[in-house]
Amino acid sequence: MLLRTKLHGKTYEFPDIRLLMGKANEEKSGDRLAGVGAETAAERVAAKLVLAEVPLWVLRESPAVPYDQDEITRVIQDAVDESVYNEIKDWTVGEFREWILADTTTTEMIHRASNGLTAEMIAGVTKLMSNLDLMYGAKKMPVSAHCNNTIGMPGTLSSRNQPNHPTDSPEGIRAEIYEGLSYGSGDSVIGINPVDDSYSSVARLLDMSYDIIRTWNIPTQNCVLSHVTTQMKCMQSGSPVGLVFQSIAGSQKGNDSFGISVGMIDEAYELAKKHCFPKGPNFMYFETGQGSELSADAHNGWDQLVMEARCYGFAKRYHPYQVNTVVGFIGPEYLYDARQIQRAGLEDHFMGKLTGIPMGCDACYTNHARADQNAIENLAVMLTAAGCNYFMGLPMGDDSMLSYQSTSFHDAPALRQLFKLRPAPEFEKWMVDLGLMKDGVLTEKAGDPSIFLKR
Amino acid sequence: MDDAQLAAIVDAIVRELKESGAVKTNVIAGKAKQSLASSSDFASAPVSTALSSPSVVPVKPRATGSSAALNIDLPDPTTPQARMTPRVKNPKDANGLRALMASTTARIGVGRAGPRYSTASLLLFQGDHAITQDALYRDVDQKLLDEFNLFTVQTKVEGGKQEYLLRPDLGRQLSDDAKHIINEKCQKNVNVQLVVGDGLSAAAIEANLRQMFPVIRQGVQNANLTFGTPFFIKYARVGVMNDVGELIKPDVVVLLIGERPGLGRAESMSAYMGYKPKYGDTDADRDVVCNIFENGGTNPLEAGAYVVQIAQKMRKNQASGVKLKLAK
Repeated sequence: MLLRTKLHGKTYEFPDIRLLMGKANEEKSGDRLAGVGAETAAERVAAKLVLAEVPLWVLRESPAVPYDQDEITRVIQDAVDESVYNEIKDWTVGEFREWILADTTTTEMIHRASNGLTAEMIAGVTKLMSNLDLMYGAKKMPVSAHCNNTIGMPGTLSSRNQPNHPTDSPEGIRAEIYEGLSYGSGDSVIGINPVDDSYSSVARLLDMSYDIIRTWNIPTQNCVLSHVTTQMKCMQSGSPVGLVFQSIAGSQKGNDSFGISVGMIDEAYELAKKHCFPKGPNFMYFETGQGSELSADAHNGWDQLVMEARCYGFAKRYHPYQVNTVVGFIGPEYLYDARQIQRAGLEDHFMGKLTGIPMGCDACYTNHARADQNAIENLAVMLTAAGCNYFMGLPMGDDSMLSYQSTSFHDAPALRQLFKLRPAPEFEKWMVDLGLMKDGVLTEKAGDPSIFLKR
Repeated sequence: MDDAQLAAIVDAIVRELKESGAVKTNVIAGKAKQSLASSSDFASAPVSTALSSPSVVPVKPRATGSSAALNIDLPDPTTPQARMTPRVKNPKDANGLRALMASTTARIGVGRAGPRYSTASLLLFQGDHAITQDALYRDVDQKLLDEFNLFTVQTKVEGGKQEYLLRPDLGRQLSDDAKHIINEKCQKNVNVQLVVGDGLSAAAIEANLRQMFPVIRQGVQNANLTFGTPFFIKYARVGVMNDVGELIKPDVVVLLIGERPGLGRAESMSAYMGYKPKYGDTDADRDVVCNIFENGGTNPLEAGAYVVQIAQKMRKNQASGVKLKLAK
């Protein structure tokens, strides 16, 4: 295999697909840490030049972890629609990029092609996309799903109500849910990250959130984002579960570090179809994020973009209701600053949509990254333009439990009003009936959590 | 497209612009500007908030006439009382709103301007973020280190805070210089070796060390244990304890280190502890007292006493971390 190009008179040669893929990435501190990033800006572009000429079949035959060593590779490779794959396998990555962006390529054509792709092919084309390419391309491939309501329809933008509390106090969480609902946050899910992962604590929060949903007839679903095994126990014990959640990684070793396996998630999915209270047919919720494999030394020497794409191939197996990258949560050693976080957010959303899953984004940062709330608002605007399904809704974007900052309860209505988007249709009707929204705009009544104190 | 169609489209756009207020036909531009500056609606917005909570929001002086009369002198918006000020205009249940806000440290009841934050809530958030940034990118005050006779050594991080953040692996290793200095200055084979590291917050060390250091020193001496020679490590990560253990061979290493700042909370410190730390030890081999800060966290005086207790337990069981848990 020869992977070589000249650029401005200098010759660049890459020993294998793994390093070619790593060096073709936009700059990320995590790729440096993994030793696969480009040494110079010119080397980065040289890698992109060579990658653009690589046929898709070569990427299929170069999974980040070999088939016989990794069950995530097997999940992705076994799911490939061979007849679709045979139609596209001889395209180069550069041709594939142009095909996605071409005006003659329709949404239906991309959805069909999705079934012939592997994660390495998806990551490959993403490396050749500029930021606006990633927005324009993603906008062409909406993916919607249904649980108690519909997420991801063109013209809509949803918001996860994320009412975390430092001690899991049901009263405090309830107060935060009220604040969020009063701004129209919660059409994706009312999703609580618990401090205490025990069965009794998780079951208590499921009961409390379900009680709010029932009392106010809210067309949505609840979720307590504990380890999946705790939620399985809750389902088996009769707790009201809306969505079943788990953090996932792009390799078997990475999933080991999360204490999960394909078999375990298969089992959780079967339980969800049987026990979850909403109508469905989509019941699963996954979170991901570039760098999590590297941090668990489970990246097998590959770059974080490829490993992230593999998460989406894994998620697709379970027809999820929603999937989001928690893009800036991992810290500056993987995504150093606002520029890298924004790039990763756009990449992840694009890759999820190209995989064919209903993709949202936790546009976020930690306090030791070179980023601030303005950077995250910028990312949210870019992703809304790209057709992102949903964002997080936190009280002013500040998570008082997880100590990081994300998008806020206010951001969803602002983005909706800015882009002439609406909440999920069932949820909008609920807001209108309650007098919180009129013609897509918040009413005077909105923003006051005390309206939920009496029914 | 013919001219009539084009004219109709242009008309529609102009009409829309007029309706949205972007184009005004009857208002003289200069007059509109003037009316904004002296608009009574604009100026009275904070007053309506003050009416709903007169005891908390002070009435601000209003400028009249010349700018010489302008007198702005604001109270601190970050006091617990000021933080609890409801910003929702005309809440349905004002007392209920206060009760909701009291149930959580999350930023609720923050109010809005259209779909955006009220000005007070926005600026409070930015103030809280600013304090965390300043804590992260600043060094621990040398005077404080001098007070406790702490000499300074450095990890393998040489490229400043940026390299410290990007290369956690370097922050876990002492530099060759550091090893040399420690070998020269420190008493070996002591019972408890105390080390202070900046970690991710200089402010955390400055806020807690004065209280916690003497408690630990006194506690160790009261227990008839040797205290060794404490020192300060710049650009430290928790894993640097292993190097300290290998060099000094103490029974117990205690590392006081600044935690990653939360929003508006830069003063939180942790005490990581290990029994005879050595190369390859991980968090599973360590114990930690975290969230050390006054008013809401683990009080630094109590934390100091607790650290001494744990050190004794480690020596008794000759173990730390998961092994110590199993020994109990």
